[in-house]
Amino acid sequence: MSELKLTDVAKTYGPVKVLKDINLDIQTGELIVFVGPSGCGKSTLLRMIAGLEKISGGTLEIEGQVMNDVPPAQRGIAMVFQSYALYPHMTVRENMAFALKIAKVPAAEIDAAVKRAAQILQLEPFLDRLPKALSGGQRQRVAIGRAIVRDPKVYLFDEPLSNLDAALRVATRIEIARLKEAMPDSTMIYVTHDQVEAMTLASRIVVLANKGIAQVGTPLELYETPDNEFVAQFIGSPSMNLLPGKITQTGPQTTVQLDGGGVAVSTIPTQPEDQGRSVNVGIRPEDFVLTEDAPVFQGCVDFTEALGEVTLLYFAKEKDDASEAVIAKLPGIQRNLRGQTVSVAAAPEKVHLFSNGQSMRP
Amino acid sequence: MPGFLKEFFNRNGTGMGLTILLLVLFWTIGLIILPQLSMLDFSFRPNLPPPEIGGPKDVYTLENYQYLVYGPEGGSQDYNSVDLRVFFRTLIAAVCVTIFNLILCYPIAYYLGQSKGNHIRIFAMMLIIPYWINEILRAFALRIIFGETGVLNTIFVGLGIWDTPFDFIRNDIALYAGLGYAYILLMIFPIYNVIESLDHNQIEAARDLGAPWWRIHWRVVIPYAKPGISSGCTMVFMLSAGALAAPQILGGPSSLWFTQLIYQQFNDNNDWPQGAAYAIVLLVTCILFVLAMMRLFKVNMGDIGK
Repeated sequence: MSELKLTDVAKTYGPVKVLKDINLDIQTGELIVFVGPSGCGKSTLLRMIAGLEKISGGTLEIEGQVMNDVPPAQRGIAMVFQSYALYPHMTVRENMAFALKIAKVPAAEIDAAVKRAAQILQLEPFLDRLPKALSGGQRQRVAIGRAIVRDPKVYLFDEPLSNLDAALRVATRIEIARLKEAMPDSTMIYVTHDQVEAMTLASRIVVLANKGIAQVGTPLELYETPDNEFVAQFIGSPSMNLLPGKITQTGPQTTVQLDGGGVAVSTIPTQPEDQGRSVNVGIRPEDFVLTEDAPVFQGCVDFTEALGEVTLLYFAKEKDDASEAVIAKLPGIQRNLRGQTVSVAAAPEKVHLFSNGQSMRP
Repeated sequence: MPGFLKEFFNRNGTGMGLTILLLVLFWTIGLIILPQLSMLDFSFRPNLPPPEIGGPKDVYTLENYQYLVYGPEGGSQDYNSVDLRVFFRTLIAAVCVTIFNLILCYPIAYYLGQSKGNHIRIFAMMLIIPYWINEILRAFALRIIFGETGVLNTIFVGLGIWDTPFDFIRNDIALYAGLGYAYILLMIFPIYNVIESLDHNQIEAARDLGAPWWRIHWRVVIPYAKPGISSGCTMVFMLSAGALAAPQILGGPSSLWFTQLIYQQFNDNNDWPQGAAYAIVLLVTCILFVLAMMRLFKVNMGDIGK
């Protein structure tokens, strides 16, 4: 069932367009992650769904009802803020009960709801403490608890982990994943700029860029079949190498003569009229393998980073232009490659083709 | 040596630390505590001509305090109703001025604290710059506005809204306006300081949680701003209870401010001990009142310093 539907949603501040043509259909029980570079409008979109920001155009429906002008509290949503936004003068219990108290829910019900949420989040020992007596992770849980007690249809998370340190971030990420599993019927929308969070948590990822949606798909769809160069480079780290070239052979497999000298073969089929077309060949650093013959790319290793599990090779740029250095990510430890000339290749099924920024995958 | 002093010296070095410490001690003891103690001493002595000071008649007495309560010995009334009435009226009026100021300044401080942009700086400047003009001139300016042939009366009588000029001064409206205006900044800035640090997400979270706007203020903003509110209210109350210029210039002929009585005792009657006793009573009452209010509203002394 469709839980939340955005149709042609737009946001403008005066003459400035921030978002346009946002179309999205979210099903009950999904965990949708909005991801994108900073300033792409992902938080704005979330705040529009929450009702904290006016919708300038299009419609927002929740369970089939248009919600554009419904006040936040009546939309059946609950938001968890990046800074937690806990009230410092209220105990954990009072913070969690705040919404129900305003809604004039009977005290016994409030108590039961707070207790249940505290149990799920393991906050029972802290109910009578003030937020300042809690650790960052505990505060984060209280902020989530404040949303849980309202039993909303849709949970909204605005970069909930970005205030935590690295170790706690991983632990809390797993907790949120567990929480989602424990509540299979609740829908969650989660905003982050961290692609690891996006990849690990999402049932579907929405990549936002250039005021609109660049692609929607499951994490692996985005990784394996990116629709465009932006998504290809945004998902995955280090980002995908893009090598310019010309198609020299079309058919069920496509051969590209690269400007740098190498030859790449892709399993993406092309039509005869594509012959001679200028394209970008996309290859992820981790898809490169060392080769002796028929290299896709050959270059001098300018710099290496040994991470133990992998070694990153940064190749020297051919020309001193603005284009990014080609990077290869080789498994294990590779010693003594710096300064050497190295040839790499990639399996045809791992080679992406982009024409005018868009994927040529049919 | 207590820990905080040791840390203080470690941080600033002995020479610098000692200098700062001596300056602070000179300020608090030499310029505040000792003069007040000598006032306290004055207040318990009879008013004697200079040759008799230090003589056999110069003994401690409560007569100055008794005068405030009972009036002159052998007077016609049981109590000094004139002075007592002025005293209590001053306190009540100071409370009213404080409340009026709070109601006026809270929205301004909230607006300044929660909006972003350059216009805030301009607004703040527009609030501050009038205070370059000295207090006396500002009070007389208000007289020009509120006087019998002043701006307001000219407008209202000219428009035919009133037949005869309204006496703002006799009715103390000019006085309250003057006192309210005099201390606006002392109310706005402590509240502004606190509200500026309020995470805007807390307000949005309250909206998200379903709180109407008045409830957001009552449950979220005001509790958070409590230190600023109490610090602003304390300053405004203390200063309006102790104001002299505004009542002198804007007060009606029939309504004296208690500070004017003190001034008369010191200046016109040349009765320093009596004046000192009145001043001490005002000071102690104000402090006790503020402490009681702080206890009532559960404000810590430390919050005032925020």
